Amino acid sequence: MNFEFPKITVITGHYGCGKTNVSVNIALELAKKSDRVSVVDLDIVNPYFRTADFGELFGSSGVKLITPMYANSNLDIPALSFDLAGVINESEYVVIDVGGDPEGAAALGRYSDVLGKREDLALYYVVNKYRYLTSTPAEAVELLREIEAAGTISCSGIINNSNLGKLTDAETVAKSVDYAKEAAQAAGTSLLFTCSEEKNLGGIENAFPVKIYVKPIWDME
Amino acid sequence: MSELTLMKGNEALAEAAIRAGCKCFFGYPITPQTEISAYLSKRMPKVGGVFLQAESEVAAINMVYGCAGSGIRCMTSSSSPGISLKTEGISYIAGADLPCVIINVQRGGPGLGGIQPSQADYWQVTRALGHGDFHVLVFAPSTVQEMADTVQKAFDLADKYRMPAVILADGLLGQMMEPVAFDEDAEIKMSDASNKPWAATGHKNQRKHNIINSLYLQAEELEEKIRNRFERYEQVKANETMAECYKTEDAEIVVAAYGSTARLAKSAVELARKEGIKAGVFRPITLWPYPVNELNEACKNAKKVLVTEMSMGQMVDDVKLALNCRIPVEFVGRTGGVIPSPAEILNKIKEMGGDK
Repeated sequence: MNFEFPKITVITGHYGCGKTNVSVNIALELAKKSDRVSVVDLDIVNPYFRTADFGELFGSSGVKLITPMYANSNLDIPALSFDLAGVINESEYVVIDVGGDPEGAAALGRYSDVLGKREDLALYYVVNKYRYLTSTPAEAVELLREIEAAGTISCSGIINNSNLGKLTDAETVAKSVDYAKEAAQAAGTSLLFTCSEEKNLGGIENAFPVKIYVKPIWDME
Repeated sequence: MSELTLMKGNEALAEAAIRAGCKCFFGYPITPQTEISAYLSKRMPKVGGVFLQAESEVAAINMVYGCAGSGIRCMTSSSSPGISLKTEGISYIAGADLPCVIINVQRGGPGLGGIQPSQADYWQVTRALGHGDFHVLVFAPSTVQEMADTVQKAFDLADKYRMPAVILADGLLGQMMEPVAFDEDAEIKMSDASNKPWAATGHKNQRKHNIINSLYLQAEELEEKIRNRFERYEQVKANETMAECYKTEDAEIVVAAYGSTARLAKSAVELARKEGIKAGVFRPITLWPYPVNELNEACKNAKKVLVTEMSMGQMVDDVKLALNCRIPVEFVGRTGGVIPSPAEILNKIKEMGGDK
């Protein structure tokens, strides 16, 4: 893929759009060219299915994982106790996986002193045409505006991750591209790339082939 | 059917409730089921329904009690500790012969337990979801699509038999995303009081008044009420059991599992079949009434039965009772919020002699 990621990539979206799978794939892509990649799990919304689940995968790829103190524990406390400025100084690339919706983006506000007004930071908005509440471009943009307000950072690009889980095929992806372009246009930004498994990306421009890491345990074998 | 969309199990339950004619939802947030409330808080006002976040689980279930008494389709949802709080109200609802739907997206217990998925409320829901002589209908879906499909069934049977229906899910099912489509031609029959002559809707001096009550001053009167109710339960047992059998036709080892664990069991059975072991899965979809005949049919060639759950083995007793203990029944599982892996289940299948 020929996409130049900034030093700090902030990934947001509606919960369930596939943000975490996108973040994991971006981090592994960056790890191909740098040995100082960090992933920050800022998800204070979702108790299950989050980047903190991928410690082992990241470890074997040389990616450093920073998670909230109580992630994946039985404690449902949105405590963000780490030194984000330190993480950014130590890393060549940082991928920040933010929790879904404005509620999740509020966690960005906690670090506005570190993240605010940085030239080397971009916030990308992941969309999924097949998700409730973002199935039209207008709905997707409405939610994006709420996320931007809560996170105090403006969006600089759309990532199309439209999928139907295991039923995703080439047609699912092909039918979503116009939707993603319209959402990008309505948001006043551009469609950066479309993510899916390689087999679904024939004829798709700006394709980012990804692997599916976020899946239920019965599909893990 | 509607177009496929990607939904969390919790969202699918909520959307399906609206489509099933649920007009009122009373809830109180708790992980891992809060998306049900969040979803309905957005959708209910748009369809002319009522969403109300009560001050507690106890308040919410008593609002359901009142609402159900007026014949309106209504629902509440919670997760394990919250369900415990609701049990007093559920007993009153059962004692007043009222229909309603209650969702339990189970998490670890006892006590505050944890927020990770669990199936440790099986005994509670099938044996004693409150004090007194009564049963509730219990449905245990295992996919997001089935969660959506089960909601209307739960409302219909609750209305038909005038009793509470519980949808027993777990955190894994509630939180996971899967494609789901909704039946757009489903017929909604009893969403209001029109076919419910017992409903307290105001007698307008046209009929005798209806009283919603669970208090009986004469012991004999209460006994008769309960005996009548148990006659109805016999009809439920005869007509409403549901189960799925997967590769049980020639199975020598039948793995009995419900809900999300049944999917782990299927993965384990696939692995076992690759190794030449004749294994299958029996999945009860109704936990009360328990699908006794279906289990016996699934086990016609079985030498052993393996129960697997995210608990210490709460369904084992029902399996033994259903089989009259004629086949050895063993158990493998994890609890406290830990999910068993298909490999763990496979190892147990092998240990039980399935590798011969």
